[in-house]
Amino acid sequence: MKRKGAQIIWEVLAQEGVEVVFGYPGGAILPAYDAMLDYPVRHVLVRHEQGAAHMADGFARASGRVGVAMATSGPGATNLVTGIATAMMDSSPIVCITGQVPSAAIGSDAFQETDITGVTLPVTKHNYLVTAVEDIAPTMREAFHIARTGRPGPVLVDISKDAQLASTDYQPDGGPVRLRGYRPDLRALPEEYERAIELISAAERPLILAGHGVMMSGAMRALLDFVERAQIPVAMTLLGIGGFPASHPLNLGMMGMHGEAWVNYAIQEADLLLAFGMRFDDRVTGNLKTYALHAKKIHVEIDPSEINKNVPVEVGLVGDLRETLETLLPHVPEKRHAAWLSFIDGLKGDAAVRDIQGLPDNGHLYAAHVINDLWRKTKGEALVVTDVGQHQMWEAQYYRHERPFTLITSGGLGTMGFALPAAIGARFARPDDEIWVVVGDGGFQMTQAELSTCAQEGIKVNVAIINNGYLGMVRQWQEFFYERRYAATPLRNPDFLKLADAHGLAGLRVERREQVEAAVDWARRTPGTVVVDFRVEQEDIVYPMVPAGADLHAMIRRPSPIVESALD
Amino acid sequence: MTSNGRFPPGESLHTFVVYVEDKPGVLNRVASLFRRRNFNIESLTVGHTEQPGISRMTIAMRANDDVAKRVVANLYKLVNVLRVENVTALPSVVRDLALVKVQADPATRAEVIQVCDVFRARAVDVTPQSLIVEITGTEDKIDGLLEVLKPFGILEMVRTGRVAMTRGTAAPGDSHDSAAAELPNSPAG
Repeated sequence: MKRKGAQIIWEVLAQEGVEVVFGYPGGAILPAYDAMLDYPVRHVLVRHEQGAAHMADGFARASGRVGVAMATSGPGATNLVTGIATAMMDSSPIVCITGQVPSAAIGSDAFQETDITGVTLPVTKHNYLVTAVEDIAPTMREAFHIARTGRPGPVLVDISKDAQLASTDYQPDGGPVRLRGYRPDLRALPEEYERAIELISAAERPLILAGHGVMMSGAMRALLDFVERAQIPVAMTLLGIGGFPASHPLNLGMMGMHGEAWVNYAIQEADLLLAFGMRFDDRVTGNLKTYALHAKKIHVEIDPSEINKNVPVEVGLVGDLRETLETLLPHVPEKRHAAWLSFIDGLKGDAAVRDIQGLPDNGHLYAAHVINDLWRKTKGEALVVTDVGQHQMWEAQYYRHERPFTLITSGGLGTMGFALPAAIGARFARPDDEIWVVVGDGGFQMTQAELSTCAQEGIKVNVAIINNGYLGMVRQWQEFFYERRYAATPLRNPDFLKLADAHGLAGLRVERREQVEAAVDWARRTPGTVVVDFRVEQEDIVYPMVPAGADLHAMIRRPSPIVESALD
Repeated sequence: MTSNGRFPPGESLHTFVVYVEDKPGVLNRVASLFRRRNFNIESLTVGHTEQPGISRMTIAMRANDDVAKRVVANLYKLVNVLRVENVTALPSVVRDLALVKVQADPATRAEVIQVCDVFRARAVDVTPQSLIVEITGTEDKIDGLLEVLKPFGILEMVRTGRVAMTRGTAAPGDSHDSAAAELPNSPAG
């Protein structure tokens, strides 16, 4: 059948099961937008293309499917870049479709021309420039295939306007995509499994480091079986949170820069680290020269280039984590590590007396209280989408995630402004789930325009602004490392309730701890997107903290007994 | 190839033969990968192969063995890269080609040509005041020729960078075994 390129775009999207596209129209993508009206797809009009990329990302992370963003050429395309880089760093499968100036004008510095495939080369898993209508369908199918397989990631397809306008004979191709140079299905060799089993059998102080890969490969059950059989405690990366139930007795909590102190000590004391779908990010390891020196390492990872990248390992098992764990499971010895577990328990006791939860209500509202009460009221079952900064770390520490895919956060790139648009994307993936945006006052203002998108689309997310009047994490660094010289971190904020009101959305201000639970209830029962402005302690600090580049065990701890620096 | 003293301890010159799809932008992807990962290219050549649609790159870089392995793994992540071989430790023929324009008047011309003969280089263009000399060989051999030509006055010089081919009958494309050896793990199926 005869189809225009613009129609073929939607034909392929439909074939790929895409029901929602986040985008923003413009000259070079207009043919595609015009054709869209004849296809049963939901288009979400964003207020800035960065939001479209984050929404596609949030959709992907909440659904496990590929998210789709669409933008025009030039500034539309470049505005996507932060969102694409965010998806790249966190291995999130998105496909971005951009319009490009007509092929005859490419290279002439035409109006709204940008070499977006050049710009996005280092921040995409792969990208394409399509200038012939016949190439649109096969290229888009490749794009989806590459985005979702292997180590997932963003793929950009740049389609020239003339290719969208041209017609060709189109037949849907349902066959498998074949790419000669692409091999997402690597597997470890039998002898490497044997070496891994030997190391596991010999270990007395083993520790699992569970990352994003647990959820990306659907290895939650496999991990649980593995842990319960081998009785090996689990530490989580930020993106690993949710992959293993928080309440499980062998779940130690988060590792790294703001991880639990006992987790970091345990890593330094371990004699075997089992790294499952994680990549030894610097925020997780601290100083590599002193990282886990007593431990042998087994790295299970789908991306061969991650093995031995930051931390040299004894065994690298390349492959899908779930398959790998299922292969290992029957050979893993059933073992008790009583001495090791009780050693870790001892470390926990020391940390508990420093926990802010032990602080009596002194009239101050701490962000940790807000998160803790939100967790309690939502029974740990809400989908929480965080931004980046102090509130993000408090969320990771105090919202205890029982189920997978209930925390969405920008880990690798640390993109402020991620939360609100990502939550909007997640809403379309999970129409019935309770969604909370936990966001700082700084990050919220980076993409607050997407409140308009919430209003226009009539969707509900609950926005909890953890408002301390500062760029809090930067301020914390200034307090610790720059003699409290608060350069460019105090914020004079707008009235967030008026901002909500301007969008026809409800808002509420909370200034005392006893108001938190009622505010959560209010947000849940109020229709539409709501904004809750939590006025929290201004100069609060995320503890513990491993200073950047410091040894993992060299944490700055909360003063004990509890003395809040911000107290009068 | 062993370290010749030019490199920091543990580092040596590695030579990779990379088969890529002959498509626009592929050279850019490979070059961008090296830049982005902070790998230093010593030389890169690219050209056609016996198979249509497939180009062959020879990339020389200094690295330690761990980095060299990561280079291979990273190259394989590029969708357009079909095959990577680290031929450093394999018996192979490695060649560089140079064109050198040397000052040579009638008084010195014979001497220059004599020097070139020793290196199996040949004069490919002559003017009253200069010669263009073509030489093919290993980098060391070319460096040696340049050293002895320098006193005559080198006016211009261009080198292609190294190209490499393993010895023996089997082309790397004949077998998947060597690919498996390069990747941390063999492809499934």
